[in-house]
Amino acid sequence: MDTLLNNSDLFISGFRNTLILFFFSAIFALVIGIVVGAMRVSPVPIMRGVGTVYVNFIRNTPLTLLMFFFAFGYPKLDLPNPGYTVLAIIALSVYTATYVAEVLRSGFNTVPVGQAEAARAIGLPFGPTMSLVIMPQAFRAVIPPMMSVFIALLKNTTVAAGFSVAEAGTIRANLSERGEPAIVVLLWVAFFFVILVGFLAWLQRSLERRWKVLR
Amino acid sequence: MASPTLDSMESNAHETPAAAARNRPRYETTSNPIVAGVGEPLVVVEGVEKYFGDFQALKDINLTVTKGEVVVVIGPSGSGKSTLCRTINRLETINAGEIRIDGKKLPEEGKALAALRADVGMVFQSFNLFAHKTILQNVTLGPIKVRGQSKADAEKAAMVLLERVGVEKQANKMPAQLSGGQQQRVAIARALAMKPKVMLFDEPTSALDPEMINEVLDVMIQLASEGMTMIVVTHEMGFARKAADRVVFMADGEIVEEATPEEFFSAPKSDRAKDFLSKLLSH
Repeated sequence: MDTLLNNSDLFISGFRNTLILFFFSAIFALVIGIVVGAMRVSPVPIMRGVGTVYVNFIRNTPLTLLMFFFAFGYPKLDLPNPGYTVLAIIALSVYTATYVAEVLRSGFNTVPVGQAEAARAIGLPFGPTMSLVIMPQAFRAVIPPMMSVFIALLKNTTVAAGFSVAEAGTIRANLSERGEPAIVVLLWVAFFFVILVGFLAWLQRSLERRWKVLR
Repeated sequence: MASPTLDSMESNAHETPAAAARNRPRYETTSNPIVAGVGEPLVVVEGVEKYFGDFQALKDINLTVTKGEVVVVIGPSGSGKSTLCRTINRLETINAGEIRIDGKKLPEEGKALAALRADVGMVFQSFNLFAHKTILQNVTLGPIKVRGQSKADAEKAAMVLLERVGVEKQANKMPAQLSGGQQQRVAIARALAMKPKVMLFDEPTSALDPEMINEVLDVMIQLASEGMTMIVVTHEMGFARKAADRVVFMADGEIVEEATPEEFFSAPKSDRAKDFLSKLLSH
């Protein structure tokens, strides 16, 4: 307990950065994922192609590599540099969005084709058919795997430590320098991650209960 | 030859509202906007061909449906009647030929196609009510999002329609809480809410338990008697006799025979139709 109380400054700033990375990455990943997921079932072949290339290219790249690109490659491009935290959020969003898109796509497959036909038959174009009829039902069907994607995102934020964003994963390294016992620090960091993930799991359960699709 | 058959005697003895409406002269002007312009071609299908891979589902289909007409399409399974129904609002694309609705060629894609579909009501075999929306929301979605009506106006109109099909008490329930017959009547109300020029019914009673078939057919007969233009794919011969102006018999992707219900059921011309009817009547 002393380890925690004596170094609360580091723990607080570390987990605050973790939450910032997670929160913004989750929102952008969700938005990009929805767009890419919709592109992959679009009636326009070019849209489908772009969606497929994006998902396969990014998903087949290790997150560390992607992070390294944004940390070391991007600043050399002579583009405005928004700082490492923003770059880390971009890398995490772009990476996680591929998983969001794929989970959503499997969700589309759970929605009977008749739902889309009925929507088209009352005159809804592709966009509203997706957003009003298909997406809401697909989302409800994929809450468990979708939440797993976000839990993975939460833990992936520690990779950002790799390029000096001081989030929770860096707490251990810093505290080792202050001479704290490594194993105790690790246990505390793990404990707080368990609590954060526990919150996401709770969110998942309550969403599942509220959004059950009656068939 | 001249002696009246059982069928024609029956249809004369019990004249239904639908038959009464049909027997009314077509040129009679009424205040009902649906009936206005009766007799003009509304749906024109010309030389339509459709392939699923190597299988030809529709072969040179030619069909004209005029305003206010009720056309019943019957035929054995796999004869292409559902496919024909679905091509009319382009849920199925076609490989050759042309389909025109109210003089306009069916657009290929995009906003124009969506706009045209809004004018063509469709009722499916499996109801296809939006599973995540209430009954009322199912009916108001199109009027609000496609027609741009206010929520209040759309709900008021929807309640009138739900009352008409007899499910107004279920307005706030979810589709899964309703019986099949009730769901199908909601599906009809949802299509009517768009004020369509023509209604397509793709085997609307085939997924229903026997005791629920009549409640759906009654709504359809009522609709026919009000002058709605309808294309109905069905196995319900009773409905065809009662409500149809014309029976179209399909087999193997072709229109084999077209006739009035009286003619078709009492004196079918083609061997295919005779064979089909004999199988129906033997049970």
